[in-house]
Amino acid sequence: MTDTSVSLSTRSSDVPAKPVRRRRGQGQAGRRFLTGALGVVLLGALWELYKLLGPSEGVVVGGMTLLPRTTDLAMPHLWTMFARVFEPVTGAANAIPMWLAVLQASLFTLGIAAVGWLVGVSVGLALALIMQRFRLAESAMLPWIILSQTVPLIAIAPLVRRWGAQIEIGAFSWENWMSVALIASYLAFFPVSVGALRGLNSPDANHVDLMRCYSVGWWKTLWRLRLPASVGYLLPSLRLAAASAVIGAVVAEVSIGLRGGIGRLIIEYAGSAGGDPGKPWAPIFGSILVGLVAAGFVALIGLLLRRFRRGEVAA
Amino acid sequence: MRETSVVRTAVAPVALGVAVVLLWQWAVTGLDIAAFILPGPFAIGEQFANNLDNVFAGMLVTGVNAFIGLVAGAVLGIIIAILAALIRLIDGLAAPIVSALAVVPIVALAPVLYTMFGAGAETARQIVAALAVFVPVYFNTLKGLRQVRPVHRDLMSSYAATPWQSTKVVTLPTAVPYVFTGLRIGSSLAVISALVAEYFGGPVGGLGRAITSSASSSNYGLAWAYVLGSILLGLLFYCAALALEKLATRRTGG
Amino acid sequence: MSAPAPVGTDASRTEATFAVEVSRVSRVFAGRKGASVTALDDVSLTVEPGEFVSLIGPSGCGKSTLMRLIADLDTPTSGDIRVFGTSARQARLNQKYGIAFQQAGLLPWRTVTGNIELPLELHGAGKAARKNRARELIELVGLSEFAAHYPDQLSGGMQQRVAIARALAESPSLLLMDEPFGALDEMTRERMQNELVRICGETRAAVVFVTHSIPEAVFLSDRVVVMSPRPGRIRDLLSVKLGATGERGENLREDEAFFHAVSQVRELLHGEAPNAVRGVDSR
Repeated sequence: MTDTSVSLSTRSSDVPAKPVRRRRGQGQAGRRFLTGALGVVLLGALWELYKLLGPSEGVVVGGMTLLPRTTDLAMPHLWTMFARVFEPVTGAANAIPMWLAVLQASLFTLGIAAVGWLVGVSVGLALALIMQRFRLAESAMLPWIILSQTVPLIAIAPLVRRWGAQIEIGAFSWENWMSVALIASYLAFFPVSVGALRGLNSPDANHVDLMRCYSVGWWKTLWRLRLPASVGYLLPSLRLAAASAVIGAVVAEVSIGLRGGIGRLIIEYAGSAGGDPGKPWAPIFGSILVGLVAAGFVALIGLLLRRFRRGEVAA
Repeated sequence: MRETSVVRTAVAPVALGVAVVLLWQWAVTGLDIAAFILPGPFAIGEQFANNLDNVFAGMLVTGVNAFIGLVAGAVLGIIIAILAALIRLIDGLAAPIVSALAVVPIVALAPVLYTMFGAGAETARQIVAALAVFVPVYFNTLKGLRQVRPVHRDLMSSYAATPWQSTKVVTLPTAVPYVFTGLRIGSSLAVISALVAEYFGGPVGGLGRAITSSASSSNYGLAWAYVLGSILLGLLFYCAALALEKLATRRTGG
Repeated sequence: MSAPAPVGTDASRTEATFAVEVSRVSRVFAGRKGASVTALDDVSLTVEPGEFVSLIGPSGCGKSTLMRLIADLDTPTSGDIRVFGTSARQARLNQKYGIAFQQAGLLPWRTVTGNIELPLELHGAGKAARKNRARELIELVGLSEFAAHYPDQLSGGMQQRVAIARALAESPSLLLMDEPFGALDEMTRERMQNELVRICGETRAAVVFVTHSIPEAVFLSDRVVVMSPRPGRIRDLLSVKLGATGERGENLREDEAFFHAVSQVRELLHGEAPNAVRGVDSR
């Protein structure tokens, strides 16, 4: 007749406390995009508004400049910046348009950052695996790994180049861009090793016991249980690593003076700020582009690994 | 049993560190590596001791910039996160900007900031540090403000508590540990950002400038000494933030 | 006191005398893609002042939902709920009840005393009055030595005692309890039941108690409301009342009348024809 099974669960989970909302789908995403775009527009409006109303020498309080100068040289109009992007880089006859130069440099830097990211992720994962397997390794290495991030490797960049110059194994010779990639990988490996370790240690004790009941070795457990379980922790780390790799690449390029990269362009064009106020802004847009593409790439990976992220709570 | 845990937490990392340092020293002397490539650890220590004043002066400049950036970025991050938690619109407006800020190299802004604020001002470096700190503080604070447990929410509802009372009694204490986590992450970012910003110009002074100038004059031992100073500065900030975090999360378990 | 057949609205009483009056309440949850869940379907119930009523039934019978509706933590899709004559919402705003959840829900950053003082603080009681009341309550639940402890230093049973003390802080005339002993082991559970009847005997508050343990319902209640799931409905009511509330002792669980009442409730839960719904006298 009626259901006689009395539930022995400790939680009386009759029904959800709040009604489950219907899926909004496209409408929701579209609205989010619009609000986001509005935010960027507001930022631009704020820029122009301050430029209109702010004092031309900025606000200086007790020797510290609190608000920027609003002259056209110091704070160019937004349209000046945008227009400048389409003009040629220099006055020379064969100069390519700015956007092309910036794009080329951005791709160059993106490539180096990608190499650095790959190396950093591999090293980070390897370290995490070692630390997960051997608790002693974790205790010994983890403090140093955390410490390693306080070292501004940027500072050592010229020295990295010197080391590289010494390395010549047969036909392979160290090139400058490799130094940049090395620095990028140094910045990238830290979030990955910490995040991957946390992820590898994250499976339920019950699941680990289950694997042991099945008499499954460490490698199989890794492949079947720990790695899938770590995806949720790994993805934010990968994103952070991508951002760090980009930052490392840009700054290392400045430090080493690598030609062809966006970092070099930033410094170069900064010098022309005196006569050409819009010029320094173009490589900034380029570096923003590089960062966004890197993040987008990681988001793509996240999309591919969707299956392993079920039950993940949005941060 | 107790011995193994002491071995784990203290002896192991220290042993590893000592081993690496000794290995390093041996490599430098044994393999006869020239000083301009990689000085030995003791040579660096010596340089550090000899130039203590200069290193400290550099640490002071960079440290002050990092500190101002840390405070400004943290305050801004907390305030805007509170606003974003209260008003959905602000959350929507801020989300793409902060997400973009998280993935783009903020230091790229350094040169234009120097132009905007004047090349003689330290403000540009402070702003770069502040922006770098803002991101983790904002995200972590926002997360913490959304962590209220349903049972606590129901409890406040059953007390017919006003929104302000609920916030004061439940939401804020729940969020506090998250805020301090954000501060801890931001603390080392502040130092590194302030330092790297010095690379892109600005007034003389600060560890970054000192490192580049000593490296370009081939005084690598001194450069490494400044690097050691920057490590110490980063450690100082990190440990201070960590101590604050431990203090604040003593009793909150959730 | 014998209960009439299921729904009880005695026409001779005025509304204001009921502690809780649930009139034809339904609660439907809209699901995704049109599927909806009827948690409660046309449920009616009255609770007298000072009466201890248990809601018992399998998962999905809506007992927790009903309690949340009474607490105004949710609103019914149709029907009406009155608490002490006013709407449920007004009763909540006027703080007419105290509530205890299954998870004790103590604030981890406050001491035991701090947690008990919480409702008093929120409603503007003076510092001295708060301290005295908290001390009284801590003694009432037998936790005097732990007044300055933090929740993470207490066992599950002790945390629930603090939660009950907190629910009693403002001496409410109605207590709502949602499986407060659900997460405890059997021995602790029986101990807590003994404590609860003693406390209820002293305070004489009306209680609506959600449980899925038959012996618990029989031990604690004046009346047991048996509910059935899908959709949530009241299948039956059984008057139990094994002795005056404050006088039920541990021996009651060995009593024949107790076993008899347990069997009756079990039969009702299993949907068999109720075996002469009548009052049970205690010996």
